[in-house]
Amino acid sequence: MTISREDIEKVAVLARIRVDDEQVSALEKDLGNILDLVDQLGAADTDSVEPMAHPLNAVQRLRADEVTETNQREAFQAIAPATENGLYLVPRVIE
Amino acid sequence: MHNKSVAELSRDLDSGQVSSVELTQEFLDRIKREDSKYNSFITVTEEQALADARVADEQRAAGNATPWTGVPFAHKDIFCTNGVRTTCGSKMLENFVPPYDATVTANFREAGAVCLGKTNMDEFAMGSSNENSYFGAVTNPWGLSQGNKRVPGGSSGGSAAAVAARLIPAATATDTGGSIRQPAALCGVTGLKPTYGRVSRYGMIAFASSLDQGGTMARTAEDNALMLNVMAGFDPKDSTSIDREVPDYTATLNEPLKGLRIGLPREYFSDQLSPAMEQQVRNAVKEYEKLGATVKEVSLPNAKLAIAAYYVIAPAEASANLSRFDGVRYGYRCEDPKDLMDLYTRSRAEGFGEEVKRRILVGTYALSAGYFDAYYLKAQKVRRLIQQDFINAFKEVDVLMSPTTPSPAFIQGEKTSDPVTMYLEDVFTIAINLAGVPAMSVPAGFVDGLPVGLQIIGDYFSEARLLNAAHQFQQVTDWHQREPQ
Amino acid sequence: MQWDIVIGLEIHVQLATKTKIFSGSSTAYGAEPNTQANAVDLAMPGTLPVPNEQAFRYAVMFGLAVNAEIERRSMFERKNYFYPDLPKGYQTTQLERPIVGPGFVDIDLPNGETKRVRIHHAHLEEDAGKSLHEDFHGMTGVDLNRAGTPLIEVVTEPDMNNAEEAVAFAKKLHSIVTSLGICDGDMSQGSMRFDVNISLKPRGSDTLGTRTETKNLNSFRFMEQAIAHEVERQMDILEDGGTIVQETRLYNGDRDESRSMRTKEEANDYRYFPCPDLLPVEIDDSFIEEARNSLPELPDARKARFMEQYGLNDYDAGLLSGDSKLATFFEEAASQGKDAKLVANWIQGEFSARLNAEEKSVADSPISGAQLGDLVVRIADNTISSAGAKKVFEALWSGENDSVDAIIDAKGLKQVSDTGALEAMVDEVLAGMPDQVAQYQNEEDPKKRKKMLGGFMGPLMKASKGQGNPKLFNEILVRKLGG
Repeated sequence: MTISREDIEKVAVLARIRVDDEQVSALEKDLGNILDLVDQLGAADTDSVEPMAHPLNAVQRLRADEVTETNQREAFQAIAPATENGLYLVPRVIE
Repeated sequence: MHNKSVAELSRDLDSGQVSSVELTQEFLDRIKREDSKYNSFITVTEEQALADARVADEQRAAGNATPWTGVPFAHKDIFCTNGVRTTCGSKMLENFVPPYDATVTANFREAGAVCLGKTNMDEFAMGSSNENSYFGAVTNPWGLSQGNKRVPGGSSGGSAAAVAARLIPAATATDTGGSIRQPAALCGVTGLKPTYGRVSRYGMIAFASSLDQGGTMARTAEDNALMLNVMAGFDPKDSTSIDREVPDYTATLNEPLKGLRIGLPREYFSDQLSPAMEQQVRNAVKEYEKLGATVKEVSLPNAKLAIAAYYVIAPAEASANLSRFDGVRYGYRCEDPKDLMDLYTRSRAEGFGEEVKRRILVGTYALSAGYFDAYYLKAQKVRRLIQQDFINAFKEVDVLMSPTTPSPAFIQGEKTSDPVTMYLEDVFTIAINLAGVPAMSVPAGFVDGLPVGLQIIGDYFSEARLLNAAHQFQQVTDWHQREPQ
Repeated sequence: MQWDIVIGLEIHVQLATKTKIFSGSSTAYGAEPNTQANAVDLAMPGTLPVPNEQAFRYAVMFGLAVNAEIERRSMFERKNYFYPDLPKGYQTTQLERPIVGPGFVDIDLPNGETKRVRIHHAHLEEDAGKSLHEDFHGMTGVDLNRAGTPLIEVVTEPDMNNAEEAVAFAKKLHSIVTSLGICDGDMSQGSMRFDVNISLKPRGSDTLGTRTETKNLNSFRFMEQAIAHEVERQMDILEDGGTIVQETRLYNGDRDESRSMRTKEEANDYRYFPCPDLLPVEIDDSFIEEARNSLPELPDARKARFMEQYGLNDYDAGLLSGDSKLATFFEEAASQGKDAKLVANWIQGEFSARLNAEEKSVADSPISGAQLGDLVVRIADNTISSAGAKKVFEALWSGENDSVDAIIDAKGLKQVSDTGALEAMVDEVLAGMPDQVAQYQNEEDPKKRKKMLGGFMGPLMKASKGQGNPKLFNEILVRKLGG
């Protein structure tokens, strides 16, 4: 299976990773090879097979509704790239 | 002293033959002196380690010791360590100092172990050669005497190389598709990937959530058992952690192996395997027969699809898991973003390495509209077929044995040109993660002076049996004691 | 051309749990920015979600209240998109197996009819944080306190055909979730937010037209306006021979304007897939039965009871039972005496007017249901006149005094109802107004006579210093003047 330049550019936007033209060419080859590998899946007969999301047949535990966390803003914002007045700063968001 | 196992060091500390401060200093000195050859550590925490060692000595003196009190070890740099930089091998987290501990980190802290630093790894655990680290490739201690810089395997290459080079007696590791077993095999050490859900994933930076599992690396099976005693157990902070009793993994190491039923998966002794490698593995199996085990051939008919299924599921999960690295709350942020899109696309383009980006893109593609059923859903169905193979096999035998890797450690740069060639390194290990069963790699000989690993695969939650089998093998062989020159 | 309007709603309901859906952080409203955003909420590396049981209990209660099937094995998916208020880069939500399956809600229409609106499903998910666009040197500030607050998103079938029906449904849903106590219902704080899907089709046609989605309406009034606005916009386009673009729109209620946010082509590819950090959630019979047993009285049942127990008419009962706080207020007031109808009138009259004027909710009312009840008792037993009652209400509202009787005493509002004393006053007044008495008695027209009675009331009230019971005065006058 081949993957087109357009596909790669589209996927790169979805994944929010900037790629330049040169990288797109390299990715075309590498991702194409990976998808060739993956295409072996098509050979498997999976009719009536349930998809498996988890190795163990376990069921979700639920947590009691009790506050266990305290304010640690200072510790978390000490490692943040940009904050002001307790807010994380990002370039202006236009809705 | 540096050749001693954790069990031996623990006894020496107990008898007062050595103090934790002395031991810690000795290993710190070795790291300082030797690691420039291997680059197995990203961060060494000398001051903190010595402070912890002093506390450990006090605890021993006060009679409050666990087997780990004062014993030096290291963490793979994927486990968050409160106050200590945790990079995951990435530029993205080059300066990330988490204000919290992973559960595994907290467990070792609780046990009184002394962490000397954080070991190198493939970025975000994606790789089989440790050449994908932002902090530089790791060199395998084996093969240097032949003048070659060989890979230690990956992604836990730093942990494997450090243990092999006697820079540390034990190190934590993680395994998503072979990342403990393959480097253990290539570096001639013993490593265990437990059953999925046995060790908490909380604070262990996620690559592929349904496959990732924290585990152990040391020279002996006994040390792996001591590590797992600390690491295993239910964690209410990890929804996929299993609430099931944790045995004392050292208690059953000496059980006799008489009657152990070994299965050899036909598909893992294929033509991908060099005759020399196969010979070593078959010799190891013969040792087991001498110990009273029986051997039969079994089949894992869908194992050949494991790599294909894995390279859909793991990248798909990774593509979402790594979205949080967006330059907003922590981690790398590009210079002067001109708008929000620029902030995202440039921070991620500059912060992630090539292999990580490839996998994010593959995963994004596999999940995108129009491809989900053909890739993701199909892979999940194949995953169930693979799991069923293991369930069927364990109806007939107690453990499966195979080579861990198709070939010994290769030379750096040899497989970097095509990602798929590198992926095939994990051909014998990947199905185990998909099924979620536990497996070990145990040193089992040499080919051309390079270590060969024997993979022992068990049924769910059979870690004690695997460790027992590995330990008994190590009582009659000395492959695990060989030291690289 | 005549058009049929087709409306479906998606309603985000914030659940009133103490903690977030996947972490033990508090959900209390109004905290300093990011003080309730912890490792899990901030998507710190390696952190993992653990779901809140109460969120499931609330979702199940909701499901039972809207006559829905409860999914015994529900799952979470990841919905992938990048936004600064979404720390993980995906929203954990439910797609394939939502906790609440198909159900329905009956709404009362203004014409007295009942209409059934079908619920397609309701799912649990996490709320996002908030982006604050005020100026930080041209940057946007992000507060993640709200990130991870549990929501149920209720999705209806396109069963509504005009703004009134949509608003009636929205109000009914508000009434249900507040009665259940699973949501505080405070729309000004975003506790309930509405997305409206609207399409038009030629009258009688079976084929649905292209729809638009207007997002994030946070008041019933804006919702009504936005629907009217969008219907008009679509109608204009269609009548001009144009076509509707499937898109998401934003409505500005202050300006009554809307604009396109994104078209279908620009829509994100969300790449949903099962969240590998979470396992299937199994809900068993005992969990459902426990939830069922904990259900409080719901609006429909309450309305029926109000009609039965208090003799209210359909309209009054509907109005007073809709909001659980108002219903409680009414019952407190009505329990003080027997005249529930008079209580209802006072709540819908003076009380509601006053709340509206001061933009207060029932919960903020300075007077209690019991106090209003006391007041109505004194009106009913003729202790005070309605004019006096208004003075008492004012005094209660302003907090001058909290006892109705004490206010009546202090202000001297008690009516004189002693017939003997009143008769004496009437005699005295009539004696002083012989001309008017004669004029009255010569008048044939009963209407005019009745009007002329008023002429005696002024002097009578003056004579009684305003405390004579006007009703009794009237009776005595009629008798004395001879029919």
